[in-house]
Amino acid sequence: MEEVAIIGVGCTHVGEPWHKSLRNIAVESTWAAMDDANINQVDALVIGNMSSGNFNDQESLGSLISDYAGLGNISAFKVEGACGSGGAAFNAGVMAVASGYHDTVCVTGIEKMTDVVGDSATKILANASDREYEAIHGISFVGLNAMIMRRYMHDYNVKREDLCAFPVNSHKNAVHNKYAMFRKEIKLESVINSPMVADPMTLMECAPICDGSASLILTTKEKAKEYTDTPIIVKGSSVKVDTIGVHDRKTVTSMKATIAAASDAYRQSGLSSADIDTLELHDAFSIMGAIGLEDLGFAERGKGASMAAEGQIAIGGKLPCCTFGGLKARGHPVGATGVYQLAELCWNLRGDGKVEAENGMAQNIGGTGSTVSVTILGRD
Amino acid sequence: MSVPRHWRENVKRYRLLGSKCKSCGKLHYPERTVCPQCKSRDLETFQFSGNGKIYSFTIVWSPPEGYEFCKPYAAALIELDEGEIVTAQLTDCDLEKLEIGMPVEPVVRKLFAYGESGIIVYGYKFRPILPKLK
Repeated sequence: MEEVAIIGVGCTHVGEPWHKSLRNIAVESTWAAMDDANINQVDALVIGNMSSGNFNDQESLGSLISDYAGLGNISAFKVEGACGSGGAAFNAGVMAVASGYHDTVCVTGIEKMTDVVGDSATKILANASDREYEAIHGISFVGLNAMIMRRYMHDYNVKREDLCAFPVNSHKNAVHNKYAMFRKEIKLESVINSPMVADPMTLMECAPICDGSASLILTTKEKAKEYTDTPIIVKGSSVKVDTIGVHDRKTVTSMKATIAAASDAYRQSGLSSADIDTLELHDAFSIMGAIGLEDLGFAERGKGASMAAEGQIAIGGKLPCCTFGGLKARGHPVGATGVYQLAELCWNLRGDGKVEAENGMAQNIGGTGSTVSVTILGRD
Repeated sequence: MSVPRHWRENVKRYRLLGSKCKSCGKLHYPERTVCPQCKSRDLETFQFSGNGKIYSFTIVWSPPEGYEFCKPYAAALIELDEGEIVTAQLTDCDLEKLEIGMPVEPVVRKLFAYGESGIIVYGYKFRPILPKLK
């Protein structure tokens, strides 16, 4: 099996670009990554996207994006795993290069969510859960996470205020990210006092609905030397699933799919949690940040929230997390998020970020922990 | 949404019918055709009692499209007496007084309506157990 390297990174500004379509932003990031790698063709394009059929009445993204990017008759298809689509697409790209099947692969995560209005987006996002036995009861995706949050607070005697430290950290880190949606700091009190979306979860604990596209160019470690002096090595890449419904899990306050994917990625890389210098955490909701830190092996059960409240996840702290703003402040264009996280890790590892790092990890969650990818990237 | 899509689930939704693995005894709701515990495909229909208690809950203030009519409403994970957990809305309750562990029972209610003619989809919701008549 070939070792895989990332030689190009590109993304679009995350936000509400009314004047740009799905194909516009997907082509923009795809070419930004190819320009970064100094190439003008790839052998394959893997698209990570959650729900273009619902958000944009458009499927067949492999064809659409290859076509409008001018890439001709290449291999191209879409990979879907709800909000974890980007991480899953990356894994498919890694497998294509590692197996020797393709030499160069572009992975593009794209979501154009603002072509529908708010309550329609809420309905579409709930498709990440079990439509027939969860979403049909009118439980929004925020609502499912709010129930996980309430049980977590109950089981571990954790205060809401402690969980609110996650969005504060992410907003602080977004200020320096020119691609981020919200480039301003927020106060802990603002999060605590923001309106309830699904009690006990407030608006400012939830990642925004937005548009964005991010791309990575993959090739073998051997060939990477022809393109760049700073290839980033894929040391571990794993995608695992769990039950679709929260109600079918023995415990709702940890995610088996995260634990399994992390264990797999650690094994592949030969690294342990102590070797990870920075973490892109899937902080779509404050509670997911806390549970993520625990499942990935960085905090004891019930201590994820206090790790954030104590500032250990800040830049300059023990484990800098969400260093470009995370899902909360960079933005969470669902199917694109997993690829944004990896782009940001690459910048840190190349020395273009805010964190000095040898190895970095990203966790990308689809659904309520139904599809989780964990990736470990490192310097050559 | 098509009518058959809801019609085929009706009995299971009105009566809380799930499945029981004839090989290892594991209960499932919703119904399954393969037991995730032992992989047996020899399963039978199982009638849940419906009684249970609140395992966790939320109050939805920002509902998905189609559910605005009952906002705000409570939704919960209900731990049934048999041990399985069901996701459902809570009804006939004081939103201020909900708590984890509260005993609840099922009722059939309108979940939502759809289409131009407003076809109603019914299903279970749970309510705090009412005091018994003397």
